[in-house]
Amino acid sequence: MSEEKKQLITIESGEAEQPFRWSAGTYGSRFLTELRDHKRFVGIRCPKCGKVYVPPRRVCGPCFVELTELVPVSDQGEIITYTVVSFGFVDPATGKQKPVPYGYAVIKLDGADTYLLHYVDETDPAKIKVGARVRAVFEEERHGSMLDIKYFELLER
Amino acid sequence: MGKRVAITGVGMTKQRSSRPDVNGQELINEAARMALEDAGLTRSDIDAVVIGNMDHFEGINYVDTWSVDGSGALMKPIMKVTTGGTTGTTVAMAAYYHVASGLFDRVLAIGWEKNSESDTTGAIITAFDPFWDRPIFAGAVAGLALEATQYMHLTGATEEDAAYVAVRERKHALNNPYAHLHMNLTIEDVMKSPYLSWPVKMGDMCPRTDGACAVVFVSEDAAQDSPQKPAWVLGVADRHLWAYTSDPYANQAIENGWWFPAMEWSARELYDKVGITDPLEQIDVAELYLPYSFAGLRYMESLGFCGRGEGPALVRSGAFDMGGKCPVNPSGGVMSSNAIGATGLIRVAECAWQIQGRAGDRQVPDVKIALATGFGGCFWSDILLFGAEKPEKSRG
Ligand SMILES: [Zn+2]
Repeated sequence: MSEEKKQLITIESGEAEQPFRWSAGTYGSRFLTELRDHKRFVGIRCPKCGKVYVPPRRVCGPCFVELTELVPVSDQGEIITYTVVSFGFVDPATGKQKPVPYGYAVIKLDGADTYLLHYVDETDPAKIKVGARVRAVFEEERHGSMLDIKYFELLER
Repeated sequence: MGKRVAITGVGMTKQRSSRPDVNGQELINEAARMALEDAGLTRSDIDAVVIGNMDHFEGINYVDTWSVDGSGALMKPIMKVTTGGTTGTTVAMAAYYHVASGLFDRVLAIGWEKNSESDTTGAIITAFDPFWDRPIFAGAVAGLALEATQYMHLTGATEEDAAYVAVRERKHALNNPYAHLHMNLTIEDVMKSPYLSWPVKMGDMCPRTDGACAVVFVSEDAAQDSPQKPAWVLGVADRHLWAYTSDPYANQAIENGWWFPAMEWSARELYDKVGITDPLEQIDVAELYLPYSFAGLRYMESLGFCGRGEGPALVRSGAFDMGGKCPVNPSGGVMSSNAIGATGLIRVAECAWQIQGRAGDRQVPDVKIALATGFGGCFWSDILLFGAEKPEKSRG
């Protein structure tokens, strides 16, 4: 560091916390409750286009109508695309470095028309394939969060 | 009908990894004063200011208020615009709308960022849904890696194809004194760089940068007094879509013929309005928001330069190199400098310099039409066309 730079002062934001309280909404809460209590996935069907959204949401953007019909979807599905995250970064939820590497994929559950982003239990990209079948593995202790799903396990390697 | 609008002044800081010698307002002021001087104007000539940066990157809000001494907006109308990666281009579009409305004759657009002040990935994650995205989402690098995997799967494109783009952008930056990275890389260097998120390597990604950019937009009436040749806005378009971070990979979109709906839709709309039927022939230079190398393959297809899956061959033919049919990012682009809130506006500024013939060693000869894009968030898109000739009318 140059002498000039050494004289320039910076400060850290330190241990300051800024807590928020967010709402999952009625359908989001139902989805998370089903995960937590029954290890089940639930979606919602659009009355106009028939698309099943997972997680369930109140509105279909393209149709701009209200959704009310909850439908069960599978805990199994297929990989749409994937990567293996190996760079370090700060997880804003914890303020700590996220442990790497980990498999990371966009997953289409059977019966859903939308996709979930989640972990995959594989860190060698050569062993993950687009279209590979996966199944959700749940945490023993669940709190009503997407992290109640530990990861998706590859059913074929 | 709206007023026709031109760019008559540009200011830009040299893009650097860190600027601890200035705070945000002082950084902004460097670009603002340079742009006004370039346009032959003073602060009192400016009717309004539009300013933008990324939410949460510096952890300091209200830039529109605390920057007024530096931005020149003291006791003037000022509006903050923040749309993620597209912020800089949306700032330009908002300034354009101000002037085209006929209510303002001279508007200063400012984009800035001090990326060095936070963990970029952590800051980006806070832009997304706390239930469905944040617990898992790993920010831009991993999100782009998902796109790269899908693109390679659909087209057979390779990591070497992408490395060609990374090398080209860094070579171009050697001609740009404002660029952050000045690296003479080879494809082998990029291929040997460590994976950040497979298949994306260190050499494929943009850097984190501190910098500011300011651009003066004036009405056709005010342009008559300009000491600089006006760079005319031919038209702009933008599209936002997708609610959650896993939505952009939707198979339905692909099955319905859209690979990158926001960019394809906004490009088609703008080309139709401006009369671009063959982008490769008609556009002389492009400054594109390519945040990583694979974007330089796929987005060429989305922007209509070639058909689906034809990006790698056209890129490797040299069509987008300096001296090629449509040089892309003579400045070195986003892969050489990425102060995110400034990045889109730098694309606009570089287009203006190209049209004015003031781009120095990176000048493309005889530029009549220049294309700028912004990219951000869940794969959304801003697109702007600039011309050397005054258009028949303004197009929004
Ligand atoms: Zn619908």
